[in-house]
Amino acid sequence: LQMCFGVSSLSESREQNQYQFYNLMCLFFYFRDRKEWADLEPVPQDDGPNPVVKIAYSEKFTDVFDMFRALLKNDEKSERAFALTAEAIELNAANYTVWHYRRVLLQALDKDLREEMKYITAIIEDQPKNYQVWHHRRMVVEWLNDPSEELQFVAEILSQDAKNYHAWQHRQWVMQEYKLWDGELEYVEELLEEDVRNNSAWNQRHFVISHTSGYSAILEREVQYTLKQIKKAPHNESAWNYLNGILQDGGLSSYPGLLEQVTELQDTCSSPYLTAFLVDLYEDALETNSSSYDQQETLNKALELCKLLAEEKDTIRREYWNYVSRSLQNTYGSGDPVSSSSDPPPPSSSQQPDTEPSDP
Amino acid sequence: CLSLLSESDDGNFILQGTQVKDVVIKPEAPNTLLLDKHADYIAAYGSKKDDYEYTLSEYLRMSGIYWGLTVMDLMGQLSRMNREEIIEFIKSCQHDCGGISASTGHDPHLLYTLSAVQILSLYDSINVIDVDKVVDYVKGLQQEDGSFAGDKWGEIDTRFSFCAVATLALLGKLDVINMDKAVGFVLSCMNFDGGFGCRPGSESHAGQIYCCTGFLSITGQLHQVNADLLGWWLCERQLPSGGLNGRPEKLPDVCYSWWVLASLKIIGRIHWIDKAKLRSFILACQDEETGGFADRPGDMVDPFHTLFGVAGLSLLGDEQIKPVNPVFCMPEDVLQRIGLQPDLLN
Repeated sequence: LQMCFGVSSLSESREQNQYQFYNLMCLFFYFRDRKEWADLEPVPQDDGPNPVVKIAYSEKFTDVFDMFRALLKNDEKSERAFALTAEAIELNAANYTVWHYRRVLLQALDKDLREEMKYITAIIEDQPKNYQVWHHRRMVVEWLNDPSEELQFVAEILSQDAKNYHAWQHRQWVMQEYKLWDGELEYVEELLEEDVRNNSAWNQRHFVISHTSGYSAILEREVQYTLKQIKKAPHNESAWNYLNGILQDGGLSSYPGLLEQVTELQDTCSSPYLTAFLVDLYEDALETNSSSYDQQETLNKALELCKLLAEEKDTIRREYWNYVSRSLQNTYGSGDPVSSSSDPPPPSSSQQPDTEPSDP
Repeated sequence: CLSLLSESDDGNFILQGTQVKDVVIKPEAPNTLLLDKHADYIAAYGSKKDDYEYTLSEYLRMSGIYWGLTVMDLMGQLSRMNREEIIEFIKSCQHDCGGISASTGHDPHLLYTLSAVQILSLYDSINVIDVDKVVDYVKGLQQEDGSFAGDKWGEIDTRFSFCAVATLALLGKLDVINMDKAVGFVLSCMNFDGGFGCRPGSESHAGQIYCCTGFLSITGQLHQVNADLLGWWLCERQLPSGGLNGRPEKLPDVCYSWWVLASLKIIGRIHWIDKAKLRSFILACQDEETGGFADRPGDMVDPFHTLFGVAGLSLLGDEQIKPVNPVFCMPEDVLQRIGLQPDLLN
């Protein structure tokens, strides 16, 4: 549950840290040698009565974290402790205990939170994929009750990586907490101009609209917008998911003109997603027993498309397409239920290995 | 369309032009399972030259131990790890509030409380810690809206909803929390594409989906999932290379072999993945020299990706590996011993 944000970035940060370390070794004046720190007895790392494994620390890391542990042990709340947290964070910004301690000190020492905003801004710019730094920033914003810099800051981070999951969560929190919805749809459109496949931006679009106008009054606008983006880049899962998502409540098959518009796209903008969308649309027509559709013909078309996907256009997901096909046939077909020779009898308990498709 | 191959930093190729973000597996990539090498890698982890990296990851040490022990147990090699030292270590990490920290001298957190309880379950030694206090700690992190904070500082995330119920289920104490509200919060994180994010409105992400489907399994609420829609979103994670990504337009990563695959298993749709292609991707992520798995072929290995590579292969049915439980990511035989059989959809 650390996700890769904290862990696989270790290999990058390891190089960064080693580089910093070698640089700083020449200049660093160990805390253990500083006379202002002479009263503290450094506390070495202790993994318990018997260390699990031998750990060899770099000299600076040892120095800083030994002192940190000494401060924690004495529950010291001082300027020097505060300064040390910055050193510790520089060495390991993922250490959540150091961040906790820093927050305790920020309050105990009544530190200037505006200065802290500058500090956390710099840290996040350096290491934007770290849970602790974003949570720290959120706490400072809450304490200041001032979100005025947030949207611009997050936009700056997103300009480096437009899909940074932490950044998006922070942005959503700020907008909801402080009701800062103005201009966000425009911002989302800018991002989609830059990368129409940015799934985070599509998600944000849904987020903004859901929390402001809602979809009823502007559904057509959204449908047309999405189709326009699809024409620009047909192989775009996010756009198709969005289109499907916003039309689900009303039903795909009953949306006026939709089938025609999507079918029109088939020549120039074909993709497995388009074909899948048509299958969903036909399925909806069958499910709602829509009078605008010939049921048998619709079933045949849907089955034909499933076959095309399974055998040609999306073979990696053939099992899914065969499932859809069987479901449609069994639910809407006339005659005996279909089962292929590869289907075993349904498993008798949920504990059985789920290795074969089961009939609906 | 023209397909254009460009070489990435690690020597893999990225497919452009067809507009599919993916890697290309080189012909010389590993294609057999090197279990002995992985066992050797984990057994020696932390005691060799990678000391600096080990030091840097101290803030998650409890989870690191859980990853190592679980993968060793899945490979039938648990006896090579030092049980007594680990148990003593865990005891030194329980705080007065009942919560457990990542390492000695670190603050308690729900993530490491779960990892500790998982380790002690593996070792059938749950009573070396104060179980009642752990339960109090977890219960105390539930918020008004049913969500769970990770610790006293209040970060909310569906990961923590999962940690809370998984911990309590392993201790047989699910009844202490407000279940209806907890479920309500997780369901409020369900998105228009059938997936789940970390908070309401957050983008669907395979890791969060694993946590939410795992949560719904433990709490007996899987019927609330739109299994066909979510199953479709999840099987869409599979790329031409066979690997799985975590959300649209991202590169594949071996840990998604766990997050995505386990989710599919929980909702009864694991067969929607092309298993042979996924298996060959996972095997290609091995490092033949050092042992262990990396996030993608050619990168540096670590215990995290090693566990999820092996666990993914287990879910795919590899008989050299013990069966793994898709909800807890622990060996099935451990859960059977405890008497925990969380629901899975057919």
